[in-house]
Amino acid sequence: MKRQTKIEIGVGAFVLISLLSLAVLAFQVSNFTGWKDRPTYQVSALFDNIGGLKVRAPIKLSGVVIGRITSIEVDPASFKARVSMKIDQGFNELPMDTSASILTSGLLGDQYIGLEPGGDEEVLMNGDEIEMTQSAIVLEELIGQFLVKFGEGE
Amino acid sequence: MANARQKIQSLCQSTGQSSIELVANFGRGTLFILGVLSATPSALLRVDLLLKQLYVAGVQSLPIILMAGLFVGMVLSLQGYNVLVDYNSEEAVGTMTALSLVRELGPVVAALLFAGRAGSALTAEIGLMRSTEQISALEMMAIDPLKYIYAPRFLAVLISLPMLTLLFTALGILGGYLISVGWLGVDEGAFWSQMHSHVDWHDDVMNGIIKSVAFALLIAVIALYQGFNAIPTSEGVSGATTRTVVHASLGVLALDFMLTTLMFN
Amino acid sequence: MGVNTEKPLIEIKNLTFSRGNRKIFDDITLSIPKGKITAIMGPSGSGKTTLLKLIAGQLTPDSGEIYVLGENVHTVSRKRIYQLRRKMGMLFQSGALLTDLTVFDNVAFPLREHTKLPESVISALVLMKLQAVGLRGAKALMPAELSGGMARRVALARGIALDPEMIFYDEPFVGQDPITMGVLVELIQKLNDSLGLTSVVVSHDVDEVLSIADYVCVISEGKLIAEGTKDQILQESTGYVNQFVNGLADGPVPFHFPSDSYKEDLAKLSGMTVNDSKGSV
Repeated sequence: MKRQTKIEIGVGAFVLISLLSLAVLAFQVSNFTGWKDRPTYQVSALFDNIGGLKVRAPIKLSGVVIGRITSIEVDPASFKARVSMKIDQGFNELPMDTSASILTSGLLGDQYIGLEPGGDEEVLMNGDEIEMTQSAIVLEELIGQFLVKFGEGE
Repeated sequence: MANARQKIQSLCQSTGQSSIELVANFGRGTLFILGVLSATPSALLRVDLLLKQLYVAGVQSLPIILMAGLFVGMVLSLQGYNVLVDYNSEEAVGTMTALSLVRELGPVVAALLFAGRAGSALTAEIGLMRSTEQISALEMMAIDPLKYIYAPRFLAVLISLPMLTLLFTALGILGGYLISVGWLGVDEGAFWSQMHSHVDWHDDVMNGIIKSVAFALLIAVIALYQGFNAIPTSEGVSGATTRTVVHASLGVLALDFMLTTLMFN
Repeated sequence: MGVNTEKPLIEIKNLTFSRGNRKIFDDITLSIPKGKITAIMGPSGSGKTTLLKLIAGQLTPDSGEIYVLGENVHTVSRKRIYQLRRKMGMLFQSGALLTDLTVFDNVAFPLREHTKLPESVISALVLMKLQAVGLRGAKALMPAELSGGMARRVALARGIALDPEMIFYDEPFVGQDPITMGVLVELIQKLNDSLGLTSVVVSHDVDEVLSIADYVCVISEGKLIAEGTKDQILQESTGYVNQFVNGLADGPVPFHFPSDSYKEDLAKLSGMTVNDSKGSV
């Protein structure tokens, strides 16, 4: 019977420390915040150019993450990129005229969508579309514009 | 002339024979696995047997897995730091260590170590039980070896390896933390927050766990089948043990490539 | 035949079994009477152990039937064969004790697996069985600590734990010293008489087997070549049975492995050396 106890203690400790590592991986190492469980609502936006934006990139309001991108596809009617995002239900009073821009964190960082709230009385609802958007800044275009301006100025 | 013809004839014969054997082997393996799977639900009820096998496969593999995890994490962060410091982004060393461990090295290295430590022991044990007629004796005592021997071991491998992988990964990250924060002087807050915002629970951690479950399935099937199919002599058992390690290791690496292509592409 | 009027416990009809291209049994028919000790004898490699495995349904014959207690062991369901096996005990050559359990737990094993008896009853039964084989004192030992003969006795205690109707002994005397052999011979005899078992002893130890067997079958080259009571077998003064029972080196089973004539072989050998020397010069 003593051997049985040893086995039980061993396996018990094994399971416990494994669960502990799972918790560390979930909360300390990764971003397990239970997005799935928290209620969200979907909105979308059309962009001329999304640059290097990726699915699951964060949606930020004043720098705070409030949602994630769920899908990126080309809108067959307008040939623009339609970006769908889910936003935490806690932020369900964003004005209708909120604008969305594709920004970059730092010089070489990942791209994300920054929201800038407007002043409209009406609020964004599930399935609505954000109309004011600003596309990603593409370095080549920027340089091209600069060169044109520079040429005009001469 | 006659000699050459004879040679060709015997070559054809042996090729045919070995391909027939290969197919038969495959069939035998499939039937065996189906047998084990069908016995698995009833093995879940035998907690005493399962506990014992969890102890043998899981708890006894702990030292090697924990040590290896710590060292792999330490080496990763040391090498990563050396590259990243050139770009002034040494805070990313935590992200790099964590991502490589969670996605690839954790599941793969833990599975390779497990195949060598527990998989080979499993094959050897079953092979020896066969050569000492213990399995025949069970059958004669009207006890189904599928339920008593194979299924509990199958389950134990399936449960142990994912847990060992979690431990390996966590210890690796701890090792990375000790080296980069404790020794190389990376900022602690940046280390954790960068990691936290770049490692995704679903895409990275869950996919790593799914990988390790797939590896566990592969190792369990290979180890048990090699034991079951071993010629019950000392050469037969030692050969089967070697085959378990070789097949399981190669299988893990190949499967990892396939899963990575599916998951991270 | 005809020594028993009762229906035989085990009947083997036209059994054929081969392994690879080798025919191990070729159309064997025999029956094993109830309550007696039947010996199946034959030279090494004649498939005696295989016969026991066939009877227990662990192997399936190419053709022919085996009836145990009136049931064909190869056509009944898997569940039924397991039920039948509870009525069989088998003593394996090596003992085949479970190496990770103590002597006590090994004997208790079938009881714990197949019955829901309380632990106190199981203890009492185990001690009784161990007492019967004279190893009650060894109950706490592990199988690795036992001698070969002791391991066989423990295995015997385990074999009779569920009070089977029949018990099979696979080469019980191989590699044992004379004292152990004596112990085993007595145990087989005693258990058969006191428990009313039917025993089947597979062996090639002629003297020991003939001292206890009621009924003897001799198998050679896949065929049943003699059967009868002990006396009938002993009276055979010619042929294979005589050679086997008396352990003669030469007889129907030749001393030499089949080969070309020795002369031819030698001639070839010298011919080769002549050729070789020619070639190398």
